[in-house]
Amino acid sequence: MEFPEGLKYTKEHEWVLVEDRIATIGITEYAQQELGDVVYVELPEVGEKIVKDDPFGAVESVKAVSDIYAPVSGTVIEVNDTLPDSPETINDDAYGDGWMIKVEMSDADDLKDLMSAEEYAEYVDQQKEEEDEGEEESGEE
Amino acid sequence: MLRDDIPGFPELGELEVLRHFTRLSHLNYAIESQFYPLGSCTMKYNPKINEVVARLPGFSLLHPLAPAELIQGALELLHGLEAMLAEISGMDRVTLQPAAGAQGELTGLMVIRACLKERGNPRRKIIVPDTAHGTNPASSTLCGYDVVQIPSNNRGMVEAGKVEEVMDEEVAALMLTNPNTLGIFEKNIQAVADVVHKKGGMVYLDGANLNALMGIAKPGDMGVDVLHINLHKTFSTPHGGGGPGAGPVGVKGFLEDYLPVPRIAKSNGNFRLQEDLPKSVGRVRSFFGNFGILVRAYTYIISLGGDGLEETSRMALLNANYLRKKLEGAYHLPYPEPCMHECVFTDRLQHKEGVTTLDIAKRLLDYGFHPPTIYFPLVASGALMIEPTETESRETLDAFAEAMGAIAREAKENPALVKSAPHTTPVGRLDEARAARKPVLRWEPTKKAES
Amino acid sequence: MRYTPHTAADKERMLRTIGLTRIEQLFDHIPAPLRERASVSLPAGLTEVQVKRRMGALAARNATPEGWHFFLGGGIYHHAIPSAVDAVISRSEFSTSYTPYQPEVSQGTLQAIYEYQTLLCQLTGMEVSNAGLYDGASATAEAVLMARRLQPEGRRRVLLSRALHPQYRAVVSTYLKNLGDVELVEVPFDRSGGTDIDALTKSADAKTMCVVVGYPNFFGVVEDLAPIQAACARAGALLVTVTTEPLSLALLQPPGAWAADIAVGEGQGLGVPMALGGPGFGFFTCQRKFVRSLPGRLVGETVDHEGRRGFVLTLSTREQHIRREKATSNICTSQSLCVLAATVFMSTLGKNGMRRLAEVNVNRAHETRERLAREAGLAPAFSGPFFNEFVVDVKGLARRQGRFSAEKILPGIPLARWYPELPDSLLICVTEMNEQEEIEHLVRALSGS
Repeated sequence: MEFPEGLKYTKEHEWVLVEDRIATIGITEYAQQELGDVVYVELPEVGEKIVKDDPFGAVESVKAVSDIYAPVSGTVIEVNDTLPDSPETINDDAYGDGWMIKVEMSDADDLKDLMSAEEYAEYVDQQKEEEDEGEEESGEE
Repeated sequence: MLRDDIPGFPELGELEVLRHFTRLSHLNYAIESQFYPLGSCTMKYNPKINEVVARLPGFSLLHPLAPAELIQGALELLHGLEAMLAEISGMDRVTLQPAAGAQGELTGLMVIRACLKERGNPRRKIIVPDTAHGTNPASSTLCGYDVVQIPSNNRGMVEAGKVEEVMDEEVAALMLTNPNTLGIFEKNIQAVADVVHKKGGMVYLDGANLNALMGIAKPGDMGVDVLHINLHKTFSTPHGGGGPGAGPVGVKGFLEDYLPVPRIAKSNGNFRLQEDLPKSVGRVRSFFGNFGILVRAYTYIISLGGDGLEETSRMALLNANYLRKKLEGAYHLPYPEPCMHECVFTDRLQHKEGVTTLDIAKRLLDYGFHPPTIYFPLVASGALMIEPTETESRETLDAFAEAMGAIAREAKENPALVKSAPHTTPVGRLDEARAARKPVLRWEPTKKAES
Repeated sequence: MRYTPHTAADKERMLRTIGLTRIEQLFDHIPAPLRERASVSLPAGLTEVQVKRRMGALAARNATPEGWHFFLGGGIYHHAIPSAVDAVISRSEFSTSYTPYQPEVSQGTLQAIYEYQTLLCQLTGMEVSNAGLYDGASATAEAVLMARRLQPEGRRRVLLSRALHPQYRAVVSTYLKNLGDVELVEVPFDRSGGTDIDALTKSADAKTMCVVVGYPNFFGVVEDLAPIQAACARAGALLVTVTTEPLSLALLQPPGAWAADIAVGEGQGLGVPMALGGPGFGFFTCQRKFVRSLPGRLVGETVDHEGRRGFVLTLSTREQHIRREKATSNICTSQSLCVLAATVFMSTLGKNGMRRLAEVNVNRAHETRERLAREAGLAPAFSGPFFNEFVVDVKGLARRQGRFSAEKILPGIPLARWYPELPDSLLICVTEMNEQEEIEHLVRALSGS
């Protein structure tokens, strides 16, 4: 599994690409694999403020919903508007065409506690040991 | 104001319609054709006599707004069913109005809220264990409560200590399922109830698993204040491919005044409807609830009688424990506690070969069995939740255990076969991602792609 | 009766396999004080013959259209049900299957629901239908809850027509009151029996979440949806229509044609017996743009790995088993067997059959109202157009119940219990089941004082 150098990572499996004060945000290769086929993406609108560690959107697979947490605080300046029509892009190209939003950061200090590619790779290995499997429906009524 | 056509509506002969639906029926699995061991769903035999009785014109042709004097037989039935369900569950009063288990949950929580409000504070939170049915948190939200989830212990049970940690004066109720969704009896339930009661909260029992308890333990003796009962589970009314069911709610005496209206009262041998009860939560459904289902449940209860119901639960336990024993070894058993009416295995032993619970479930279809409930409860990763019910014979259970054993062997020797199952069904695994990405939710004459 | 198949030898052998000798050992881990009090104190079981006798005796103590002249409607309707309907829903492949969670072996149920969704969209003129809800009343409550999800927090006032079914209004109130932020306001009806358009227009404003009206309403009156929709559009409120008699939509311009945002109702009239008001099913339709906020199940079309067409439950992430406390609803049924009955009913009658049946209803009801005016001197209470129900004022109505019973007639539903302002009003429903002779009886029973 690939974790590109130069990106920053969160424990909730988002990645951040920082260029000046602009942060591009998406979910990692590991996150998309865990979710399976992404069928729907819910994103904020341009101009909305997002707050570090709060959910700003959600990705859905057939049988699971995952909130996407903001790695940094700031204002949304661009949204990947191809995702609603082709959410599978997130499965196909999580770090490229599958990007979700661009944010103008309000505090560069927000980046301090994010992980490097190496740290994140280690974190994912830990997670894999703990996890087993797990989605699908229940059959109760 | 008038339309001159219903565009797209069919125009067919009756025979064509019947052939179509008969053909569709052949594409279904059903209790009367296959063993259907869905955990938590209690897929028992649905006796034919229930259907005969429910179709009597004196029941099927009743109008709910006819004067009460002219539907005395129906009101007597409802009044009697309330009393029988109260006796079976150990509660004091029952309402039959909720149309389903989930609506029963909502009703029960409303009753709790109304009572607490009258005491001065409706409170803000409901505690739900991690093994709970998804309806518990969903109903809590709908009743205006926040959900606090607590973990069960490594034996699959709720501990009084864990409840104590989160229990405060803002918790309205704890929702519990007993036996829980792992099929394990919550032995500590009375201690847990004490913790909740001490802080002025109430205990709600999700009665989905009542089929394990008749004659064995009454929820009313466990410190439970409110419960719902799924008549389409324990009381044999058919599941119908997803309803209709019914979800009566039982309460302790101090909560009676808050039950939905109308209440059915008896005086001088006559039954009448009480609508004007100021403390009541109001109405949760139109009319009397799913009366046709209530007739079936009543029929079932008088057919079996008290001793028959007790035998029902005993045989449900026997079947579940027998199957559990037969499957031990072939499948991983995450919780070694004795089980009640259902047991939970996982795919851990098969996982090495890349075979998952979903694959095992699909392969079972090839063997002619409906799969167990899968991936629930969430605390047992890759869960296979098996509830055989009491109406299955030893021979059926043996055949199922054999199929499960064969699949466990296939998972080792020929995992690809299991992973590509089912091979014998009318359609193979369906592309659910495609269905969700570009939803096609109706047929359209022009068949144009929907946005 | 017993439905457990175990022989004594089976029990012994099974216990031995488990490693036990007595059944009681299966539950000796349960605290003794609980076990000691657990016995179920109910009479012994009965044979089938005894059960039939006893249930037959209870059934015999109820008034049905078989022994009575019957003119009751008010949300539950007495219609002819083709024999094909019961033949299909009695098939155990449908009646004894579970929710179609395993699509490979549930294509029958899934395709039937897909067909239902299609038929309901066609009947209501709406874009999306779910697989069914409990009943019309809770479907109305779910519609208001959906409007709450769709509208911003500044819009939390619901305008409920007073001519909406009183029990539906009661259920909406029960569902909404615990959420604390929604205000229910009643809009009066006028002399047409429809919602007072002036009052509605005045009340609908920037705080209005949605407007809920019956179509036809509880008085049987067909509301004029054009000005109601206009008031909604001006105010930015959602229009919710509620139909208790779905057969009417075979003739009326459907809610979709009036740009309703959400159209819900009770489906019992489409092939489900009255059964004291349940089970029937709630139908729920809306505009496509709202689909992700929809409560309840949905079936969608897809293909399997070989490209064969098939059906699955879809957009399930809205539902309780996945989204738990954030689900769009707590519901996990779709009253599937009743929905199947409606699907067979609509398929059997077809386009022309439905329209003809609706016409018979309209004609008989109108003819009856005219005769009551002409021969019994009973003036209609309202002037608005109606489908198969109407209201007349009968002097001293309450006093005459005893005589009606003696004559074995159920002439209608007195409205005073919900509408003190209508003390003598009677809601009369006439369907294809009421032959001329029965209508004569009604006219005679309501004549004189």
